[in-house]
Amino acid sequence: MSGKKSLWSDLHKSLFEKNSLILTVGVLVTVSIGGIVEIAPLFYLDSTIEEVDGVRPYTPLEQLGRDIYIREGCYNCHSQMIRPLRDEVERYGHYSLAAESMYDHPFQWGSKRTGPDLARVGGRYSDEWHRDHMRLPQAVVPESVMPAYPFLETSELAFDNVEANLRALRTVGVPYSDDMLGAAVSDIETQLDPFAEDYDGFQERYPGAVMRDFDGNPDLVTELDALIAYLQVLGTMVDFSTYEAEADENLR
Amino acid sequence: MSEHDSKRETDAHSGTETTGHEWDGIKELDTPLPRWWLYIFYGCIVWAVIYWVFMPAWPALPGLAGETDHTRGLRNHSERANVAAALDALDAERAGGFAALEGASIAEIENDPQLLGFVLAAGDAVFGDNCATCHGVGAQGFVGYPNLNDDVWLWGGSYEDIRTTLTVGIRSEHPDTRFSQMPAFGRDELLSRSQIGDVTDYVLSLSGTSADVGAIQRGEAIFEAQCASCHMADGRGDRLQGAPNLTDQDWLYGGTREQVMAIIHRGPYGVMPAWEDRLDEATIDALAAYVFLLGGGEDATARPTGR
Repeated sequence: MSGKKSLWSDLHKSLFEKNSLILTVGVLVTVSIGGIVEIAPLFYLDSTIEEVDGVRPYTPLEQLGRDIYIREGCYNCHSQMIRPLRDEVERYGHYSLAAESMYDHPFQWGSKRTGPDLARVGGRYSDEWHRDHMRLPQAVVPESVMPAYPFLETSELAFDNVEANLRALRTVGVPYSDDMLGAAVSDIETQLDPFAEDYDGFQERYPGAVMRDFDGNPDLVTELDALIAYLQVLGTMVDFSTYEAEADENLR
Repeated sequence: MSEHDSKRETDAHSGTETTGHEWDGIKELDTPLPRWWLYIFYGCIVWAVIYWVFMPAWPALPGLAGETDHTRGLRNHSERANVAAALDALDAERAGGFAALEGASIAEIENDPQLLGFVLAAGDAVFGDNCATCHGVGAQGFVGYPNLNDDVWLWGGSYEDIRTTLTVGIRSEHPDTRFSQMPAFGRDELLSRSQIGDVTDYVLSLSGTSADVGAIQRGEAIFEAQCASCHMADGRGDRLQGAPNLTDQDWLYGGTREQVMAIIHRGPYGVMPAWEDRLDEATIDALAAYVFLLGGGEDATARPTGR
């Protein structure tokens, strides 16, 4: 035994092992070092999220579609995170940015890819394709192992409480305005009708949101409407013409 | 030496020191950690320190990292810079092929084995990533999603036509999209159910299917009034409007009487996304040539059906 080790052993045995309070304080100090190293920088870093143009909170319809996405467990097989790797960028498009999931509570990044990544699936396929695919995935992708979700197009969407839903998101930091909350219920039907009276107001609240009847059945607001609205917006918000991917502050 | 250590003794049975603790005559062995384990442990600590310094793991104190707010370590490592470099390298590798492709006609592509190989390889990859989901892995199509292997084209099958369709899409969000819309004759109550049945019989008779003569005659009158403006009086369609030829045996939405009736009832509205913002022009060129070369491509001047 070296002298140094004996000294430490002495201290350990005579001080820490005989005074439970000092031992507790010692444990706290040791554990908090790890916490401080991880957390403290977040207090002085200006932002851990790169600055981009175009990311907006989800419309009420998209948000409810997201809830259905989570309810049906889509995340068990689909990730929403294109990693900065050559093959992923080649296949799926620009790698995902932190800003793109800044209004996701919780985010759907995931790591399980039984199905393809969905981070940029928005606009990639037609609404009709999504309808056919949800009804019976094998009708359009014979080799698919995805289960069918035919009930979505006949299940009426429950959206009476969507305002409370958005209000809850506001408390965790999603910038829904009073205006947005007030119009939340009516905005569901506004988004489903490209000739809606409140077209301009809706576009002002949610710039660039796609407005059309997603499930092909204008008579009924279904869960399929909400889910397709959500899928069609995924990865389409960031204006990549103004985002400088290779600017120094964005290389991380 | 503390009081404890003064009691340390070597256990006769195992030959290991005890801790010096004793409870009711029971003593505790102070077995040292195995050397191999200990050295790996020390090695990990050393490695962590090296990693800490060389990789972007150590957040900078305020003001030290400049505008970037984060350190990159001595290696100046950045995943995003790495992927940008990898993509640049990929572009450089492909540049020769794309340069040869630019402005080349289909005949030039076919006559240059090297360019042909490049187009087929590039097209196959892009098709698999983007098109196969709807048109099928073998481009064979499904009900509602056209087969791209045959010579049946809704909007034209020349190299130029295919390129345009890829660029602007069909009924897409693109401002210059290819667009037309068939009315939902049944759903919007433009025709009665029996009228739809009659016009279905007439349409099917164009491709040689027999039906009740009276129904066909009644259907012909309806066809002239409602359908001929797009599908033409002879039913051979019009590619300027994406109106299919009804006289052949190829049916996008199925050719049974029920399927044709259902389509007249609801009015199809097939959408293909525009790819202009997703794929660059050179890639669209390669993809268009690939689709052309699947087997159905046709001469720019050929207009086998319609106008």
